[in-house]
Amino acid sequence: MKRAFEIIDHVADVGIVAYGKDAKELFSNAALALFSLITEPESIEEKLQLDLEVSSEDMDSLLVEWLNELIYLFDVERILFSRFDIRSLTRNELDATCYGEGIDSMKHKIKLGVKAATYHMLKLEQNGDGYKAQIILDI
Amino acid sequence: MARWQGQLIRVDDYRWKIPENYKTGMRVPGLIYASQEMLESICEEQTPEQVANVAFLPGIVGYSLAMPDIHWGYGFPIGGVAAMDIKDGVVSPGGVGYDINCGVRLLRTSLSEAEVRPRIRELINALFFNVPSGLGSEGKMKISQKEMNQLMVEGARWAVNHGLGFEEDLDVTEEGGCIGGADPSKISDRAVKRGLPQAGTLGSGNHFLEVQVVKEIFDSHIASVMGIDEIGQILVLIHTGSRGFGHQVCTDHLRIMEGAISKYGINLPDRQLACAPIESSEGKDYLAAMACAANYAWVNRQCIAHWARESFSKVFGKSPEALGMKQVYDVAHNIAKIEEHTIDGRKLKVCVHRKGATRAFPAGHKDTPRRYKEVGQPVLVPGDMGRCSFIAVGTEKAMADSFGSTCHGAGRVLSRGAAKRSMKGRDVVQELENRGITIKTGSFPSLAEEASQAYKDVTEVIEVVHQAGISKKVAMAIPMGVIKG
Repeated sequence: MKRAFEIIDHVADVGIVAYGKDAKELFSNAALALFSLITEPESIEEKLQLDLEVSSEDMDSLLVEWLNELIYLFDVERILFSRFDIRSLTRNELDATCYGEGIDSMKHKIKLGVKAATYHMLKLEQNGDGYKAQIILDI
Repeated sequence: MARWQGQLIRVDDYRWKIPENYKTGMRVPGLIYASQEMLESICEEQTPEQVANVAFLPGIVGYSLAMPDIHWGYGFPIGGVAAMDIKDGVVSPGGVGYDINCGVRLLRTSLSEAEVRPRIRELINALFFNVPSGLGSEGKMKISQKEMNQLMVEGARWAVNHGLGFEEDLDVTEEGGCIGGADPSKISDRAVKRGLPQAGTLGSGNHFLEVQVVKEIFDSHIASVMGIDEIGQILVLIHTGSRGFGHQVCTDHLRIMEGAISKYGINLPDRQLACAPIESSEGKDYLAAMACAANYAWVNRQCIAHWARESFSKVFGKSPEALGMKQVYDVAHNIAKIEEHTIDGRKLKVCVHRKGATRAFPAGHKDTPRRYKEVGQPVLVPGDMGRCSFIAVGTEKAMADSFGSTCHGAGRVLSRGAAKRSMKGRDVVQELENRGITIKTGSFPSLAEEASQAYKDVTEVIEVVHQAGISKKVAMAIPMGVIKG
C-alpha cells in the first residue's frame, strides 16, 4: 500500500505530500500529516469531536482552507486531532467530523508551531492510482 | 530542487539583472544585489525565478529587486522589494508575508561587557522569566476586545500610554510605531482570537531577544549619534512580529485576493502572488488590515522592550534611565508602504512591498527621524545567533536605486530539516557556551534549526549593500546572551 503522506523540506519552511485513493482520503491524510508535524500522533487520544464545514472556490484552495481551519483550532482552541471522518466532499465544500483532544503539556510534546497552509507550490493531482497533493506550510 | 538555469547579466560587481525578456509576462527586469560568490548559492534554488515572477505584477515600476540575503519564499522571495504605481498597480499580501511587520528593535545601554558578563546567566534568566516566549506562548497582558481595537489603531503609542516605555521611543520607531489607515472592521474574528492571547510575546522560530556586545565601530560619528560610543558596550536586540494575528490577517486576505485575481483579470505565474489593485476595495481592505497587524507588532516590540528594561533594572539595581537604556531604532522588515519615489526622473507615489527587506532612508529625508536627520535612518541587520549583527544607515543611493530599501538579515541557506540533520548529535547549547554565548530557549528542537550553518554569513550580506552604496555600515555587535522563542 502507498504511504498516506510524506514530509518534504523547504528552505524557508516545511511541506507535506499526501496521498489518497479518493479525495476524502487525501484530505484526511493531509490533516494527519499536519498533526504529525505538530506532535506525535500516537499521543493524541480521541476525547472530543468537532464538526467542521469548510468551503472555497475550488478543490485546491479547499485543501488549503481545510488545513488552515485545523491550524486555527490548534492555535486558538489548543486542540490536536488524530482522526478525520470526511463525511462529504465536493470540489468546493467539505463536511467532516474531527476527533482529538485539547493540548496537555504533560502528555503532548509540541514539535512545531505550524502557522499557516500556503498556496505556494500547491499541487493537487488525480491519476489512475488516486489523488496526490503537495502543500507548503509556514512555520 | 533544481538549480536555476536562467540568464543573469552582470551590471557591476554587486548587481545582476534578469532581463525583461527572460519570461513573457515580465513587466520590468529583475535585479539581484549579490557578490559573485553569493550568486552561486542564490542560483542553487529557484529563487531568481521568484524575482522574475514578481515582475509579472501589474503596475510594478523600475525593477523587481532582491537583496543579497534573498532566499526562497512563498510567491515573493524573502529579501524581495517591489514598488507598484498606486494608480494602476496592485498590492499583494504575499509581498509582505505572513508575519506582518516582523522587525527588529535595538536598545543601547551604558553598561560594559565587564559589568554584564559575570552576571549574564542571571540576566538571561530574568529576561526569560519576564518576556513570554516559545510555541503557543501566551502574554501576561490580559487584553479586552475593546483594547485590541484601540491598539490596532494606535500602535506602539497604546503601549506607551499604558506605561510600557517612553514617549521618546516613538520618535525612533519607523512610522512612529503606528501606520495610518488601520481599520479594525477589516479584521476577522479569527484574527482577533489568535491575536488577543499572543500580544506581548516573543513567539518561536527565528524570533529572539539578544544581549549583545559592540565589537567594531566603522563610523564613530554616526555611531555616537545612536548612543553607541565604544567597543564593549552592551546593546539589546529584539526580533519579533505580529504572531498568529498577522498570520491570520494574511491568510484571510490571501483568500479574498484569490477571488480578486479573476475579477480583475490578473495573470499570475504563482497563486501565492495573489493580489488586487491598490485602489480596489480588496486592495484597500488589505492595506487597512495590514496596518492593524503592523501596529500590533509595534505594540509587541514596545512591550518586550519595556520588560527587557525592567529585567536589566532588576538585575543591576538601577532604573532603565540610569542604565542609559534608550532606544536606538525600530525597523519593520515585512511591510507594504505608500511612499514617494523618483523613477526615470518622474516623482511617483508607489506601494513599496518589502518582504524581508528594510527601509533605508537617507539623511535629510522627511521620514528620517529628527535625531537621525543628519546621518540617515538606522538600519538594523541581525545575523544568526552564533555570529554577529550589524547597524547601518540609509543612503541617497538607496533612495535612487532601491526604493530606499536594503537587506534585513542573514537569509536561510539550509531548510529547517537540513539544519537539524547537520546538527545531529551535536550539542548546540554547549557549542554556543564554548563561544561565550549563553542561551535559554523553551524549544530545543527549534534551536538546531536556527544553527549558524543554516544561514548565510551576515558579514557578506552587509558588505554587498555597503559596497553597492544602498547602506552605510556603522557598527557590529556579537551576542553574549540569547533568548530564543
